[in-house]
Amino acid sequence: MSADLSKPLLKVDNINKQFGSTVACDDISFELWPGEILGIVGESGSGKTTLLRSIAGLIEPDSGSISYAGDGELVEVDKLPEPALRQLQRTEWAFVHQHPRDGLRMNVSAGANIGERLMANQWRHYANIRAEALKWLEAVEIDASRIDDLPRTFSGGMQQRLQIARNLVTRPKLVFMDEPTGGLDVSVQARLLDLVRGLVRDLGLSAIIVTHDLAVARLLSTRMMVMRKGEVIEQGLTDQILEDPQAPYSQLLVSSVLQV
Amino acid sequence: MTVALRIRQLRKQFVLHTQNGAVLDVLQGVDLDVKPGEIVALCGPSGAGKSSLLKAVYGTYRVDGGEIIIAHNGREIDLTAANPREIVDMRKRSIGYVSQFLRVIPRVSTLDIVSNGAIELGAGPEKARMDAVSLLERLRIPAALHELSPLTFSGGEQQRVNIARAMSSPKSLMLFDEPTASLDPQNRQTVLSMLRDLADQGTAVLGIFHDPADRAEIGAREVTMEQIREPEHA
Repeated sequence: MSADLSKPLLKVDNINKQFGSTVACDDISFELWPGEILGIVGESGSGKTTLLRSIAGLIEPDSGSISYAGDGELVEVDKLPEPALRQLQRTEWAFVHQHPRDGLRMNVSAGANIGERLMANQWRHYANIRAEALKWLEAVEIDASRIDDLPRTFSGGMQQRLQIARNLVTRPKLVFMDEPTGGLDVSVQARLLDLVRGLVRDLGLSAIIVTHDLAVARLLSTRMMVMRKGEVIEQGLTDQILEDPQAPYSQLLVSSVLQV
Repeated sequence: MTVALRIRQLRKQFVLHTQNGAVLDVLQGVDLDVKPGEIVALCGPSGAGKSSLLKAVYGTYRVDGGEIIIAHNGREIDLTAANPREIVDMRKRSIGYVSQFLRVIPRVSTLDIVSNGAIELGAGPEKARMDAVSLLERLRIPAALHELSPLTFSGGEQQRVNIARAMSSPKSLMLFDEPTASLDPQNRQTVLSMLRDLADQGTAVLGIFHDPADRAEIGAREVTMEQIREPEHA
């Protein structure tokens, strides 16, 4: 909460990533500041998920560097030893996958899914862990009676909310989200958006959200980057991008949204 | 500084790439000053660029030339040269914008929407909610609606919620795009007196009001888009 507002939380410099001859990320640089929610939009195949996974340390970029300032100075996370990176990913960072099954352990209970991350953060007492898990189930609107059930007995929307609880329980400083509302019913999407926005506000966290849904980006993000063919073609405040898009592709993207 | 807003030689052009590169010159060298405590009404026919000027001053439209100087934290800042973070900070403290339409997240209660701005600026949640209730009461939003999402409200109710939200944490410069457009006479009267109070407390107001009676009632200085445009385009 007492975030240092005088320097960026994350600094991404010249990220490049190719798959064979396909360029997924073409020399991408940007900064993320404490409390900012950055939306990355673009069509399928534009490289946005690859960029997110590269920054979060889930895949290795071909070149470039990623620096993160936790409590102290900016540290190049791509130079951290593997265990230190894993520790960061389990504590101050969180990654919400598009498909809940990629982010949950499907063969352990809902409560254990939440508790696991707490234990990685040195929580020891079973009763405390269970109480915290219950608190988070309530926060994501899952009935407390489901705490011992396996996630595979949950609906898609519930699984996604459980994944969010599992990720946010350790109060991370930086959350990566890959299409968090993809594949959900519209009504479930609205609940999830409301939930995410409330948590972002209450916990004071920063986030990078990849989405192809401009309505999601409008409601959640303060700033946006538009990607196409591995390049960032335009960036600015969310209202600037949506109401005054300048690049031809951004204009096409914005004008193609169906009005309801 | 004696002005809250100083606009010089402001230019904005839209290049519509999806429509054969059509070019629209919406602002052609606009000059305008607004003082603290003053209400300025932008006049002119539809399409004259009134709303575009408000959006440029709020930083939503990225302009092609000129300056927008705004008093912020005791300094004069040129918004056209500010980076996104600086614009966000200016919006938090120094520039407010009230569009005709309410845009909110589904499921968030009216009271939360109206009190949020004050809470973000550091007000205690209890105090912010009490202030929000009295604003909503003054704007005749029935108490039964306060805990509901405004998305199902009527157009006039939504517009009043939007105004209540802006009034809960007013900035030193407030921009209003037709704040009385869908209001009945009684609510119109309430909103106009709130605007007048706001200016009397030192806020600079720049707005669009279609009804000349509204402009007269709040003592607005009227400027037409033609008057403030560069002479060779006038």
